[in-house]
Amino acid sequence: MLEVRNLTQRFGGITALEDISFNVTKGEITGVIGPNGAGKTTLFNIVTGIYAQTSGTVHLEGKDISALPAEMLAAKGLVRTFQNIELFGNMTVLENVMLGLHTQSRSGILSCMFKAPWHLKEERNIREIASEWLEFCDITDLADQKASNLPFGKGRMLEIARAMAVRPSIMLMDEPAAGLNNRETAELATLIRKIRDKGVTVVLVEHDMELVMDICDRIIVLNLGRKLAEGTPREIQENQAVISAYLGEG
Amino acid sequence: MFSKHREIFKFLSLVLVVLITPLLVHEGYLLNVLIFVGIHTILSLALNLLLGYAGQISLGQAGFFGLGAYISGILTTTHAINPWIAMLAAATIVTTLAFFVGFPILKLKGHYLAMATLGLGIIIYIVFNEAVDRTGGPSGLSGIPNLSIAGYTFNTDLKNYYLIWTFTLVAMGLSLNLVHSRIGRALRAIHDSEVAARVMGVNARVLKVQIFALSAGLSAIAGSLYAHTMTFIAPASFGFNFSVELVTMVIIGGLASIYGSLLGAALLTVLPEMLRAFQDYDIIVYGLLLVLMTMFMPGGLVKGIPELFTSIRARATRKVKTDA
Amino acid sequence: MELSDQIAQYLVSGLSTGAIYALIGIGFAIIYNSTEIINFAQGELVMLGGMFTIFYLNTLHLPLPLAILLAVASTTAAGLIFERLTIRPLKSPTPLALIIITIGGSILIRGITMMIGGKDTHALPAFSGSEPILIGSATILPQHLWIFALTAVAITLNKLFFQYTITGKAMRACAVNRRAAGLVGIDVKKMVFFSFAISSSLGALAGIIVAPLTMTSYDVGIMLGLKGFCAAIIGGLSGGVGTVLGGLLLGVLESLGAGLISSGYKDAIAFIILLLILFLRPQGLFTKAQTERV
Repeated sequence: MLEVRNLTQRFGGITALEDISFNVTKGEITGVIGPNGAGKTTLFNIVTGIYAQTSGTVHLEGKDISALPAEMLAAKGLVRTFQNIELFGNMTVLENVMLGLHTQSRSGILSCMFKAPWHLKEERNIREIASEWLEFCDITDLADQKASNLPFGKGRMLEIARAMAVRPSIMLMDEPAAGLNNRETAELATLIRKIRDKGVTVVLVEHDMELVMDICDRIIVLNLGRKLAEGTPREIQENQAVISAYLGEG
Repeated sequence: MFSKHREIFKFLSLVLVVLITPLLVHEGYLLNVLIFVGIHTILSLALNLLLGYAGQISLGQAGFFGLGAYISGILTTTHAINPWIAMLAAATIVTTLAFFVGFPILKLKGHYLAMATLGLGIIIYIVFNEAVDRTGGPSGLSGIPNLSIAGYTFNTDLKNYYLIWTFTLVAMGLSLNLVHSRIGRALRAIHDSEVAARVMGVNARVLKVQIFALSAGLSAIAGSLYAHTMTFIAPASFGFNFSVELVTMVIIGGLASIYGSLLGAALLTVLPEMLRAFQDYDIIVYGLLLVLMTMFMPGGLVKGIPELFTSIRARATRKVKTDA
Repeated sequence: MELSDQIAQYLVSGLSTGAIYALIGIGFAIIYNSTEIINFAQGELVMLGGMFTIFYLNTLHLPLPLAILLAVASTTAAGLIFERLTIRPLKSPTPLALIIITIGGSILIRGITMMIGGKDTHALPAFSGSEPILIGSATILPQHLWIFALTAVAITLNKLFFQYTITGKAMRACAVNRRAAGLVGIDVKKMVFFSFAISSSLGALAGIIVAPLTMTSYDVGIMLGLKGFCAAIIGGLSGGVGTVLGGLLLGVLESLGAGLISSGYKDAIAFIILLLILFLRPQGLFTKAQTERV
């Protein structure tokens, strides 16, 4: 599904990632964990085309996506969420999700200006599908709220609804549980499973170990820019290198 | 849907006001001012799509306006081409030109973009002055024919009023459609969070260039209308100062507001007329307005006035409460 | 006159206007480096320099050297007031707001000058006569020599200030990283204040020394300012050698273009160069490309 090969990233003299390789299996939930500064977010930013890597490749379903900028990836079925939720604050909740359908609509400037019939039909269609995703994430009642007015937890749900609207085959989530309380985290776990059941492969960076151990099928551990370990939650919990890295003995 | 009906109601009221105004205003001078309000509305609308919605500044809009006017003027006078075809040609040429210049120019951001568009505008302005053989140079180009439809010529202030305002209202209507469509959403999204918009598959770069081209083309149509209603054009109308004036209209009316463009254009067209007595000093008023608006009402009048009312009301209620 | 003589003549006048552009450009660069603001009112400060000198000289009948000193001081004060009244109170200093407010400020300065001083064009007497000096086959005016000498002095002092004084070093730190400079205890606001003071006085000086050659009026600031900016862009917005070279290059190209191709398109040359540099080498002609962070 997603193959990362020998990925290295340097910023000036600092090596943020060194020779990282791993595979993500289709239909699984994969967790990427590691202490602060391990390079998790950098990894995400490279895979999602926001940074250009120093060397190494990323393949999605066998196709090389290493050089593609962020805006090309949505159409390839790759989407992400952000650690500090990036919503379109001045738009309504529904409009946010409708934007997720941008790549699935075609109307150009002229057909939008002149309200061409096909444009109106497309617009109705987008609205309908967007509403369905609101329901999927259980935020239908907030549809007409301005996104910047949402409490953080609901904002997180909206971000996921918007990402799902892209119709991704793989979703990368950057610390989805950050800032959520216990109840919200539990809801999130359910939602992530629901997303997987829809056939979307999930990769998440997370600090909440309980959540990671609970929902992930596979875990990759990064430390100081290198891959430290990889395995099932159980294997990771028993891995001596991981334990010492987390306890800071290294 | 309620909000949609309200939008339509707002627009129809405006159409009504435009229709009946000439019944109250007969005087040629006032009609002429209103014609300018219409042309300026199209121009500030065009700039607002770029500045307010796509978030990209242009200090060279007067150049595109002038290109539209000169292309129309030269084609109809020197080459005796039908004014409507000349207008179409002006819009097409300027849109295409802006599209190709747009790619390198919109790679630039902020101050650099401002300077580059400014430079482009000034180069165009210099060409108007120097290509004397074609443009007539600083003394201008005269004898541009009026527009006409099947023998009916737009040759009086009243006829031109209705002609210009038809264009203005159509431009406003189309812009309203645009900003409420997927393109408008994508533009607003780029404004709020460019990175998230890109992740959702919005190609910000291409979209910005498209809007830049649209904005230039719309300005060119305004230029062509200007040429055919005034029948005389000279470079002085298309200089840097006018570009700044257009930015002022957008800022004062309200960024990212279609009706704000109308408000800003109306205010900045009528105000100098009222300040006629002070002659050249209207420029001080512009400067002052720009500085004060940026400082105290960055959302423009359209957002600023309601906010002002709410804050006054809030203060009043607070006062009532403390008094009680 | 032979072509080579003509070219020599164009070079002389080109280099002297180039020196003026360099002074203005350095003003742009200093403010940009400490605040990331392109001060669209920079040109108006240049204009003020010339106009204040005229005022002190013709209205108050002060001797020229004193008039010049006072004019530099007054312009610097004007620059500082401008910063205090427009830029500092800005609640959300987005690039757009800064562009608009400095443009608004520049219009205001121009308008007020026009209101008080009128729309007339004024000539400043040359600093030491206008008897041309013959060098080889080219003639050079004493004012040209003044321009070269004063520009050189100003740029050297500027360089020494940034290199050797504590304040200058602190301003350089701000230019590299404003946040970090703030964290190590540098008063960033004060540095912004200094950068406006320095660039206003450089601008004023430029406006004064060029006035005997080109005359001055309330509206000379726009073009001079824009060309100074162009010089700074050629020089990669460096506060030093790059911008000086940029200014000289621009001055010479303009002068040659006006003389050999067409005088009408003289002003367009600067803007064509500006666009080409921005499109092709936004980092300037003389600096190496920095690795771009995506």
